[in-house]
Amino acid sequence: MPGKLMNMHDAIATCVHDGDVVAIEGFTACICFAAAHEIIRQRLRDLTLCRMTPDLIYDQMIATGCVRKLVFSYLGNPGVGSLHCVRRAVERGIPRPVELEEYSHFGMVGRYLAGAYHLPFFPLRSYLGSDLPKVNPRIRFVKSPYGDGSIAVVPPLNPDVAIVHAQRADRQGNTQLWGLLGVQKEAAFASEHVIVVVEEIVDEQVIRSDPNRTVIPGLVVEALVHEPYGAHPSYVQGYYDRDNDFYLRWDEVSRDEMAAQDWLDEWVYGVEDRAEYVEKTGVETWDRLAPGEMLAEPVDYGRYT
Amino acid sequence: MMIVAAARALAGVRTVFVGVGLPNSACNLARRTVAPRLELIYESGVYGARPARLPLSIGDPTLISGATSICSMADLFGLYLQSGRVEVAFLGAAQIDRFGNLNTTVIGDWQHPKVRLPGSGGACEIAINARQVFVIMRLRRRAFVERLHFHTSPGHLGGRCERTMLGLPGGGPRLAVTDKCVFHFDDVTGEMVLESLHPGVELPEVQAQVGWELRVSPDLHGTEPPTDEDLRLLREELDPQGLYR
Repeated sequence: MPGKLMNMHDAIATCVHDGDVVAIEGFTACICFAAAHEIIRQRLRDLTLCRMTPDLIYDQMIATGCVRKLVFSYLGNPGVGSLHCVRRAVERGIPRPVELEEYSHFGMVGRYLAGAYHLPFFPLRSYLGSDLPKVNPRIRFVKSPYGDGSIAVVPPLNPDVAIVHAQRADRQGNTQLWGLLGVQKEAAFASEHVIVVVEEIVDEQVIRSDPNRTVIPGLVVEALVHEPYGAHPSYVQGYYDRDNDFYLRWDEVSRDEMAAQDWLDEWVYGVEDRAEYVEKTGVETWDRLAPGEMLAEPVDYGRYT
Repeated sequence: MMIVAAARALAGVRTVFVGVGLPNSACNLARRTVAPRLELIYESGVYGARPARLPLSIGDPTLISGATSICSMADLFGLYLQSGRVEVAFLGAAQIDRFGNLNTTVIGDWQHPKVRLPGSGGACEIAINARQVFVIMRLRRRAFVERLHFHTSPGHLGGRCERTMLGLPGGGPRLAVTDKCVFHFDDVTGEMVLESLHPGVELPEVQAQVGWELRVSPDLHGTEPPTDEDLRLLREELDPQGLYR
């Protein structure tokens, strides 16, 4: 069996193609900017991007013109304000128009769940009294077969590729994630190809010592990439803090189309890979973002022989 | 004043769905004063947060360390919110109408937006499923409007009976806390009613910022000012840098 462990360039080149439906998930935490930047460098085109919160990661991708359509539920720079590149694309078609398919958070979660469970739709108590179904005909209402009135349903979402960032995995791609879990498990199980990107590669024995923490089994993982600091400027619980200064700085930079392009030229096109980005960012930043230690108490799974 | 008024309204509440910014400060203040058993729930998947610093987003890592439980967003929306376990949820918006319906999606037309706003996030299902909603937003005429440009999250729709007829499980908006005053929503009609004015605010000032003919409670009174302890907690412990004042 060929190994799953590869570098980011090869993982993206193997799994992502022009026109694909791609989900890079991670709610505030573990957002894989390293993968997004590699997709930009490989100049992929006409992507449909899915993500609950497009965040800076899709703002940057949209600024390069590689995106045709966005499937989402919250289009903001969390705690800061607008996503200016997304707004330029949506309001003025710069650098190209981007089609929007809009849900609420639970609607997006439901779409991934239906996709992962192989269900025709997912029912949820939402959307009644909202205009969202008027602008998104894929949000529908069905009558409950048990006579409990009507309920909103959303269709399954089965991306071509899901990209998930996590703390650690073994070489088979058995992946452990802690802190915010978002919809990463559901997105991974719903997708045709899965790339897992981790801060650390560990021995299988480390994974087996704490199986409750394994969120994604290697079974569904096609490519595994070892990319420390791959989620910066988002954060990885216990590894580095969110770079809130960067989120504020991007608000400034991205207001101006040329300034955003200059940033991309310097930090995405201008570096070969994530390792170069990490080195260029500098040790002061990584020191600033290093959290103190707060260990969990060990648990005893018991030895049953 | 907004934060303190919102915190007071949480007296005795057990579970609150928190947004970042003002609601976060209000909920943490409430937990230290009027609602010691209050559990903070964040849509990012956190139950029972004990933030050691002021969180700058609803996914801030300080919300995770030391929390009671962290779960997937499927569990958060399904097991906590949709099951009816959220007593109070805070929501804000760019626009609100007299029945507490909220717009966070767009100014102008959805197809051709003048200003594209963030959208629902979890607000639509929160507005539908939370047992009560507290709206928290600044009183501005461009925000308190006769007609919303887009209905993102339902309040009392065209009146409280419409909400009941549609079968929405939660009770809808109960309060709107602003920087000038507090409104409640009428038990029968669901319409916004001015309930109290913050210290130094006069009625015409509020009227001028509301885009419809405002109903005023016959019991209109002054909002109780913050205590010294409220101010000390906010300034020294909860938000020492004054980011959300």
